[in-house]
Amino acid sequence: MQTEIKFAGFGGQGILLSAKLLAYAAMKQGAEVAWIPSYGPEMRGGTAYCTVVISDKYIGSPIIKNPTHLVAMNRPSLEKFAGDVKPGGIVFINSSLIPVRSEREDIMELVVPVNDIAIEAGSVRAANIVALAAFAAKSGLVDLDLLKKCIKEEFAAKAKIIPMNMTAFDAGVKAAQES
Amino acid sequence: MAKVLMKGNEAIAEAAIRAGCTNYFAYPITPQSEVAEYLAKRLPEVDGVFLQGESEVAVGYMIFGAAGAGERVMTTSSSPGVSLMSEALSYIAAAQCPAVFVNIVRGGPGLGGILPSQGDYFQATKGGGHGDYHLLVLAPDGVQEAVEMTMQAFTLAEKYRNPVMILGDGMIGQMMEPVEFRDDLKSEPSNKDDWATNGMSTRGSKKRNLVKSLFLDPAELNNNNLVLKAKYDQMKREEVQFEIYNDDTDYQVLITSYGTMSRVCRTAIDMLKDEGIDVAMFRPKTLFPFPEKAVYDAAVKESCKSVISIEMSMGQMVEDVERCVKGQRPVEFYGECGGEIPSPEKIIEIVKGLI
Repeated sequence: MQTEIKFAGFGGQGILLSAKLLAYAAMKQGAEVAWIPSYGPEMRGGTAYCTVVISDKYIGSPIIKNPTHLVAMNRPSLEKFAGDVKPGGIVFINSSLIPVRSEREDIMELVVPVNDIAIEAGSVRAANIVALAAFAAKSGLVDLDLLKKCIKEEFAAKAKIIPMNMTAFDAGVKAAQES
Repeated sequence: MAKVLMKGNEAIAEAAIRAGCTNYFAYPITPQSEVAEYLAKRLPEVDGVFLQGESEVAVGYMIFGAAGAGERVMTTSSSPGVSLMSEALSYIAAAQCPAVFVNIVRGGPGLGGILPSQGDYFQATKGGGHGDYHLLVLAPDGVQEAVEMTMQAFTLAEKYRNPVMILGDGMIGQMMEPVEFRDDLKSEPSNKDDWATNGMSTRGSKKRNLVKSLFLDPAELNNNNLVLKAKYDQMKREEVQFEIYNDDTDYQVLITSYGTMSRVCRTAIDMLKDEGIDVAMFRPKTLFPFPEKAVYDAAVKESCKSVISIEMSMGQMVEDVERCVKGQRPVEFYGECGGEIPSPEKIIEIVKGLI
């Protein structure tokens, strides 16, 4: 069983970090994982995307055309990648920045106003954590307590921002449960 | 030690530290600059030397100097940078100094692009610099293997007093995978006192060591080449590494592939298996010495009708495969380059065309 999640958004939205945290938690759960960035001559504010592969066996091809799920943090990402998601997958939509929907019937949309929730939690910079938490809660891919622990470890050197990110995390989980 | 999640570039850097690398010289180039970034921070912590050279040409000779003095030394670069270092590689091989060169290959020729490629196979295995020399070339297919090969590389470089190259690609450098730095991968202590110019008083010897690549006397030069040749022959006997996937079946086609490309082929083989079609893959882990006999044996299995080399190049390793299969089976080729990596679906389509 292999699951692939594409994270996409603007550069600076913390896409790569969200993806890394998910991969890290899955690894801690004993899964095989790979984190594959799109790297290219991008500028600040340009598009950033990244794929996480979680598998119960050796991961072959790191090139994923059709991911199981998509986490879209901005409109260009949704428009570019929603069509690639495998039927039955989750398409996560950051409705704070995306006024449109995927227009697909064969996937499950998870619509969360990520930026608004993050601002309420203390900073818009925690938007990626809100999205990660909401997506993790909906997909059930990793244990939420373990994921929280991984976030705390990641921010260990910046302990000041941990409580705000934990608030953001819980709010993200709540939003997913209520959606 | 528990597994950690690391980028290939960072994992190679950490592996070098754990292998006892004391000197690292480099010039930044995408897609491998994280190695330098990591070692700039990490090497001073272990009293090592990190130096960013003014160009790859200078870096090549910094490596030569440090290697000649018996230091455990590494550089990392990507394709155009390695071209600039190739002159020094020839000198280092001629003077029989151990050093580790990592090429995180990007698309070429020229400045090319910054995405993964396997277009430097010829450069790595057939020369690059001038003269009769070879690098020992290791080709990892992921981050864990990149770590293991980096640690092996220092031991092999010192065993043969020859530069060793890790031939990765942008995908291996940039992706993150779980890695484990196992204790059993520690490098052996060096035999440097026998040859290095590390100071007679340092080694307590009255014998002068001389590191040089100029041999004006033809007999002496011929002899140096014979010494090098004997080392390459020994590598062919002792250092060949490879893996064969799905070979316990009556496979009709044998794919030859290495590095990132081999992982895509592996997925294609699994998908073909679900359709009831058996295909095997031969993956050299050492590109020089090339697993000559092993690839021949895999190709001539009775069930095997043809061989196809699949590469992120316009056809390079395929020449070695053809040479080793000796006409016993047709050898085909498929490749894409410039950053395009053939998909599993494309490989399936190509392979089905051979059946």
